[in-house]
Amino acid sequence: MDVSSLPISPSHRGKLISAGYSSLSSLSSLSPSRLALDLKISENEAVEILKVASVRSGQDKIESGSRALVNGAQTAWDMLHEEESSKCITTSCSNLDEILSGGIHCKEVTEIGGVPGIGKTQLGIQLAVNVQIPAEYGGLGGKAVYIDTEGSFMVERVLQIAEACAQDMLEYNTLLRRDSQACLVDKQPKSFLDNIFYFRVCTYTEQIAVINYLEKFLSEHKDVGVKVVIVDSITFHFRQDFEDMALRTRLLSGMALKLMKLAKKFNLAVVLLNQVTNKFVEGSFQLTLALGDSWAHAATNRIILYWNGNERHAFIDKSPSLPSASSPYTVTGRGIRNSTSNCKRVKLM
Amino acid sequence: MGPFLWREGKRNQKKGVYIKPETNFPIQRASSEMANKLISEMGLPKSIANVFSARNILTAKDALSLSEFELMELMDVGLEEVMAAVGHISEISCPPYQTALSLLEQRNHNEYLAGHLPTGLKGLDAALCGGIPFGVVTELVGPAGIGKTQFCLKLALLASLPTSHGGLGGRVIYIDVESKFSSRRIIEMGLSSFPEIFNMEGMAQQMAGRILVLQPESLSEFTESLQKIKVSLLQHDVKLLIIDSMTALASGEYGQGPPKLGWHISFIKSLAECCRIPVVVTNQVRSQVRDEASRYVFQGHDRADTLEDTSKVEYHLVAALGIHWAHAVSIRLVLESRSGKRLVKIAKSSISPSLGFFFRIDASGISFLNYEGEEMSGPEANSIHCQGQSGIINYDHEALQ
Repeated sequence: MDVSSLPISPSHRGKLISAGYSSLSSLSSLSPSRLALDLKISENEAVEILKVASVRSGQDKIESGSRALVNGAQTAWDMLHEEESSKCITTSCSNLDEILSGGIHCKEVTEIGGVPGIGKTQLGIQLAVNVQIPAEYGGLGGKAVYIDTEGSFMVERVLQIAEACAQDMLEYNTLLRRDSQACLVDKQPKSFLDNIFYFRVCTYTEQIAVINYLEKFLSEHKDVGVKVVIVDSITFHFRQDFEDMALRTRLLSGMALKLMKLAKKFNLAVVLLNQVTNKFVEGSFQLTLALGDSWAHAATNRIILYWNGNERHAFIDKSPSLPSASSPYTVTGRGIRNSTSNCKRVKLM
Repeated sequence: MGPFLWREGKRNQKKGVYIKPETNFPIQRASSEMANKLISEMGLPKSIANVFSARNILTAKDALSLSEFELMELMDVGLEEVMAAVGHISEISCPPYQTALSLLEQRNHNEYLAGHLPTGLKGLDAALCGGIPFGVVTELVGPAGIGKTQFCLKLALLASLPTSHGGLGGRVIYIDVESKFSSRRIIEMGLSSFPEIFNMEGMAQQMAGRILVLQPESLSEFTESLQKIKVSLLQHDVKLLIIDSMTALASGEYGQGPPKLGWHISFIKSLAECCRIPVVVTNQVRSQVRDEASRYVFQGHDRADTLEDTSKVEYHLVAALGIHWAHAVSIRLVLESRSGKRLVKIAKSSISPSLGFFFRIDASGISFLNYEGEEMSGPEANSIHCQGQSGIINYDHEALQ
């Protein structure tokens, strides 16, 4: 193991190498004062370096000694079990759930894009409500973080959707009670609203700051169990007045990585809403999701909402585990629901 | 000594700032300035704060625009310290959160009419939960002469009315880009729809005196006046901002490629939100070859069956400002004409289904022929028809004279 891979400042690294400490083993039996003398640095700094080095070499030993071949790795078999036991957030549209194999999955980053007015924010709000459906009703009983970059979050609408959801649960309850006398938990529409943490983000700097801060926020609120993080939209601030495209790509991919990490660490679903733009392909303009080609790699799943004739459809544009398919849905007063028309429901492509 | 000590201390200090429902909007205003907050004032330990300033990384924006590894290289410190510093800067720059419930309660308690400007058009108000909402941008799109300006004039009048008559009792700023504003028409609307007020001595003067009209002549002038009104919006009890239209300015610069409205879009949105007022903006239409740029690549194969009937090159109307703009507006009302009848449709709204209402323009402004909206299916809500338009234009002249 080489000292150049240690997470220490470049100048310290340089000093270590020029003083002849090129491998971790050469540091292992060194006293701080000796190192400080050799590198002409303060003793405190030397202690820090040795600490970092010993943590790193400790890791090395575990890796080579323990049963696991690679530290932190999981076998595909274990992952399968985990996937099967993890629940998904229903979209309230069974056709859409069907093509998504149950709904929006935890531990994944799902990007949803579409033209203005197609229902992105509606779906976002629906998920923020549905994530709270208690386990007794087959839900996750979690809470939601809603990061609003556009100002399109309408509380009146959240209340409407929450009321419909509470009503559905009540109906389900009465159906169920015929068999068992168990009285299931009632949820008041307003309690749904109490479990949505709303961040209003006004600049891209704030957007980055929130995403950096989320890790701490989620650790501090571990007991409440946030199960979905919705960013509506990931695009807005990066589309306005952003001239340095290289910087934009860098910031966006950094954000995507952090979100992916959060999804895994806290076992939650991340939903990113995206806008669309026109792109010149094969001699004509076509619609495509915004933020460019390198961003297209960022999310695990990519769903495009579009108009198919007079019907709203969702299309799975990219997913490592789901087949490419499309299904109709509608936006009703009660939220996202199945399309009422009786034509073929799910189309495999 | 370690970086975690000061982080803990800082967090405790900040705790009280998290939720302050009663003063929500000043916080939001302050938070938009958070990005430019100086790192030197964030309470980082002196040693690392000095390194930031030595490397000319002065604001949160500077620091967060760099990755942790770039910062490590630039600042010549270890990863752990960089992460701690970035975490601290992020936490301070992060806007405060609140729950959706506290947001709702606050809107209901603090805002007149729960934050809506009633249009007086029954069906439309019901669909929009009370009228044109505060805090967001509402757009009116339609062909020339359809009644966009009439709509704007009516809204301006309504907002200036005393609250006892369903108005907002405040000032209105009307940015009249196309020089179409008519005081005479406003007074006429007032006289015929609220005769009890407007026939009172001096009331017409008082109402019209509340409407401030700006007529910028270029995009730069417009930009300047936008920046100026930000302050007056907050100080002078302004209850409505109207921009008629956005398109005229943008198209003035069409020669040099597509208009760059990015800044304007965010600024207008933030004006609406910071001041919690409704902002109404009009947009013109242009014609486009059917199906151009309205499909995704994966829909390509569907194209074959539509291709035949489009071979004669059919044009249809679309909103002049493109999809980028359309994403930014929260409510889009399309005004169009169908076989000589005027129709207003809710084309985009997060609270209402797509409904259409037939309307006519009369002395009192705009009135609906029926209050029960017609449900619009699919993209029909977004299409802009323009049949029998010449008749409409003539009618306009009659109405105005």
